[in-house]
Amino acid sequence: MTDRVINWFKYASPQTFYPLAGKLIPWFWALAALFGIAGLAIGFLIAPTDAQQGEGYRIIFLHVPASWMSMFIYLVMAFWAGIGLAFNIRLSGMMASALAPTGALFAFLSLWTGALWGKPMWGTWWVWDARLTSELILLFLYIGFIALQAAIDDPRRADKAGAILALVGVVNIPIIYFSVKWWNTLHQGASVSLTKAPSMAAMMLWGMLLCALACWMYSIAIALMRVRTIMLERERHTDWVRELLDEKG
Amino acid sequence: MHWNSFGEFLAMGSHGLYVWGSVVVMAVLMLAEPMLLVHGRKTLVARLKRQLRAEQQEAGANRSPSHHSHNAPRNTPQE
Repeated sequence: MTDRVINWFKYASPQTFYPLAGKLIPWFWALAALFGIAGLAIGFLIAPTDAQQGEGYRIIFLHVPASWMSMFIYLVMAFWAGIGLAFNIRLSGMMASALAPTGALFAFLSLWTGALWGKPMWGTWWVWDARLTSELILLFLYIGFIALQAAIDDPRRADKAGAILALVGVVNIPIIYFSVKWWNTLHQGASVSLTKAPSMAAMMLWGMLLCALACWMYSIAIALMRVRTIMLERERHTDWVRELLDEKG
Repeated sequence: MHWNSFGEFLAMGSHGLYVWGSVVVMAVLMLAEPMLLVHGRKTLVARLKRQLRAEQQEAGANRSPSHHSHNAPRNTPQE
């Protein structure tokens, strides 16, 4: 038990986490590529036509993973920010900062692919309904978090201010998720029209899940890469970063 | 394989613009992000190394007592 506690604290120190993250990154890239190729092959080459939406439904293989990641990354970011705020652990604040740009990217991609899906299916790029508007607010929350942190010079204070914003913004996540239940909206419900013949439903579902897994692996790889850069920047005056820079010649 | 021809695949049942518009933008951004990160990291490492070297030189310059003592045997401890 004691060992485990010590181990956790060990990996919470940037000095130990930095090389560990460096070793993990290639594996997550490999998994992202593997899942991505499999998911896109199933989604774009094998999955059958949708009875209602024709071939245009294939945007689902991009749109749903991007939307899921945009919401999930926010939860993880808020979790790390909260841990950092409560326990004052350096690594937590760095993790939150490392996740924000990728979350913003997926929120943007969710809106972009959604607009391109909405045009042929609903006849409009955009409507101010609950699902779309709350996802747009999510993008603004990410941008607000990044801008707030960038505006404060002292990283520790930037972490605290960002953490409060991130935690307050968490309220938006259930709003996005349940918006299609709570309000009348153009956006289709949570079930992904999987109520057709089992074989084709399975193919669509597999394609989507594999693409989602690829986005997961991508996000982890990117977050680890970014957190390593943040560590170097923030810890540049410490001995371990100096030694690292010396070693690299 | 779902498609009969490559043209059919590209057309996406007249929804090609929307489907490929999604694919291309997502692919470009998801390739650009890691590339920007790698570039940013290289720039940062180069900058930090420059700073470190400058500091080390400064420290070295401070350690030698005067300009004339370069050839004198060093008896200051090297930390």
